[in-house]
Amino acid sequence: MTATTMPYHSELPVGRDGFAQLLHAEWTKFRTVRGWVIGAFVAVLVVVLLALLTGSGSHTETCIKGKCSPGGPSVPIGPGGEPVIDSFYFVHQPLSDNASITVRVGSLTGATLPDGGGAGGSSAGSPNSQQLPAATSSGVQPWAKAGLIITQDTAPGAAYAAIMVTGSHGVRMQNNYTNDTAGSPGAVSAASPRWLRLTRTGSILTGYESTDGTHWTKVGTVQLAGLSPTVQAGLFVASPPYQQVSQQLGGSTGTQSFTLATAAFDNVSLHGPWSGTQIDPGNRPPPVLGKFQQSGGAFSVSGSGDIAPTVGFGRPIERTLAGAFGGLIVLIVLATLFITGEYRRGLIRTTLAASPRRGRVLAAKAVVIGAVAFLTGLVAATIAIPVGERILRSNGNYIYPVSTLTQLRVIAGTAALFALAAVLALALGAVLRRSAGAVAAVIVLIVLPYILSVASVLPTGVTQWLLRLTPAAAFAIQQSVPQYPQVSYQYTPANGYFPLAPWAGLAVLCAYTALAMGLAVILLRRRDA
Amino acid sequence: MRQAVHAEWTKLRTAATTGWLLVAAIALTVTMSAAAAAALTYPPASSELDTTKLSLAGIELGQAVIAILAVLAIGNEYSTGMIRTTLTAMPCRTVVLAAKAATLSAAVLAAGTIAVLGSLLVGQLILPRNGFTVAHGYQSLSLANGPTLRAAAGSVLYLALIALLALGVTTAVRDSATAIGIVLGLLYLFPIIAHVVTDPQWQRHLQQIAPMNAGLAIQATTGLRSLPISPWAGLGVLAVWATGALLAGGLLLRLRDA
Repeated sequence: MTATTMPYHSELPVGRDGFAQLLHAEWTKFRTVRGWVIGAFVAVLVVVLLALLTGSGSHTETCIKGKCSPGGPSVPIGPGGEPVIDSFYFVHQPLSDNASITVRVGSLTGATLPDGGGAGGSSAGSPNSQQLPAATSSGVQPWAKAGLIITQDTAPGAAYAAIMVTGSHGVRMQNNYTNDTAGSPGAVSAASPRWLRLTRTGSILTGYESTDGTHWTKVGTVQLAGLSPTVQAGLFVASPPYQQVSQQLGGSTGTQSFTLATAAFDNVSLHGPWSGTQIDPGNRPPPVLGKFQQSGGAFSVSGSGDIAPTVGFGRPIERTLAGAFGGLIVLIVLATLFITGEYRRGLIRTTLAASPRRGRVLAAKAVVIGAVAFLTGLVAATIAIPVGERILRSNGNYIYPVSTLTQLRVIAGTAALFALAAVLALALGAVLRRSAGAVAAVIVLIVLPYILSVASVLPTGVTQWLLRLTPAAAFAIQQSVPQYPQVSYQYTPANGYFPLAPWAGLAVLCAYTALAMGLAVILLRRRDA
Repeated sequence: MRQAVHAEWTKLRTAATTGWLLVAAIALTVTMSAAAAAALTYPPASSELDTTKLSLAGIELGQAVIAILAVLAIGNEYSTGMIRTTLTAMPCRTVVLAAKAATLSAAVLAAGTIAVLGSLLVGQLILPRNGFTVAHGYQSLSLANGPTLRAAAGSVLYLALIALLALGVTTAVRDSATAIGIVLGLLYLFPIIAHVVTDPQWQRHLQQIAPMNAGLAIQATTGLRSLPISPWAGLGVLAVWATGALLAGGLLLRLRDA
């Protein structure tokens, strides 16, 4: 009888090697390196400290006759909760119940007032002064407005709907400061007048336009909730200041010249006593008071100011997150070290021996470092925004109000930005297998385009493309203030406006990260470790 | 010292990455300068456009590559353990660091000169074609023009100082990834903070102490009065940063085990 030898089997139970075990292993690797855990806390600290610093370095003061006190001018708040400009000349009478008002606009002309009113910002000797589109040939501002308005009352910030002709943007129907609907294009003149009509049915207001007074086209319908039975209706004229904005390193200063628009109205369908009122938010008297003259059925109305949301006023909440760049740099270093450290110490060979499916190893690493970065960003933004806001407010700054949803988007978006950047750094670390190159590449890709866009000599067109094509586009997720096409302003990165929508910007970074991860997995599989 | 410099030069010369990084620094600098110049249309939106500064805009990108080169010059020795061999062969540690600084500066000065001359040449070719001629009141990009010469020479020195700053930081922290993070953080964070802070005095002070903002003041040829810091004083600020980093690195190198 021959003895048969049995092959050796370990008595130990077979270990599981699922993805959960891999995650646990990678988490243990991260958790047990003291410097990395400290690094994550440093990232949070950097974001919060820089929020403190930027808050402390930003004051708003109002100076009247050499006496300065903290706080800016008070602004009216529109029905949507946003700060608005509500300053125009209003020729009005009360209007009860359902009614309609029709008028013909014969001309709209304008002038820029030579002395500039003196109430603009400081004029600095700045290298990059940029001019907004100048007034049209007739001297009228592109967004000068004249037409019909129905408003709750004459208090600034009241709900309204209006149909108007503009300097160079055709007929528009606007309501409640932020909403704008385009009608037919073309300027108004004696040769081509415009007929406008505004009708009210309960809380529904409808605007019509016509070139001859017989054939009418509907421009838009809006609902003004809670409109009282008696409202103020009539003719209005407004002309926004001509702004000259200078961009320079660290911000922009502007000078503005006040403008006056004059419109000729006739064929007004309402009769009776008209009263003229300069609508104005109060504490800051307008340098140009509007006026009106009536001769028979013809009116000549002059007005200055604007009915629009404020743009570039106050500090948006993302101003408290400038430190995110610092936190990001720390996390990029951590995420790169998370893989290049293994190459440097040779641990990668042990890792790949224990878990030969290399794609899954990298995926586990990405999940762990992504989660750490997400959490870091979340904690940092959640602390930095309220702390920064508090300091900014106490220094007299007006914080531009945003909805809770927007605030959540800014916080969660910052966290997602951190996570994606960390995974990008991990992937590039796996591709290059060297720390310095990978860290520098990711920082240059994410941070440098932003710096070049906000603080350099590059022209605006180039900076806008930089923030569309590079991973820095992702910072659009932090933009909390909307862009209004009906308000002339320098919507540039330097002023906090990104060329891409928030989520589209984040998607650009997503695409870069996915590409880098794909390349990293392919190279990790193909190359010897 | 001569032997030390020779040894360091051999190490720098024979490392595969050195050549590539120097070529990359030159290529990226010139490419970005060319892109910035080509993107400009006449008349510019800005009234006081500085064409010299614009045609040297690539330095802002090229400096990152120079920083990598400087970080690797000593960071690689720590990651491979070569530093122990180096210090055994040359026990006087200050001399080692001085030799490294000398060879690195020489390499960066050479590459920086090519990059800056290349950028100016590209600017000379592109900008007049876009309408930015001397007749229109723009600075001549020729080196015979005093301010342009100062901007060009200063930009080369700027790159060398960035390399020394990175060398000092890396010697102090002994890790490439951390060092490059610190260096790029120092360079890139100040401009962002200075942009977000709204008080003019704060902005001015931040730009006066920031290594990148102050250092790049050397490139300005127009509006010198409104600069937060004068060109040579600005380069001096960067020199102080670099000296500080080298001193800290040298001190730690002497005091610690490698």
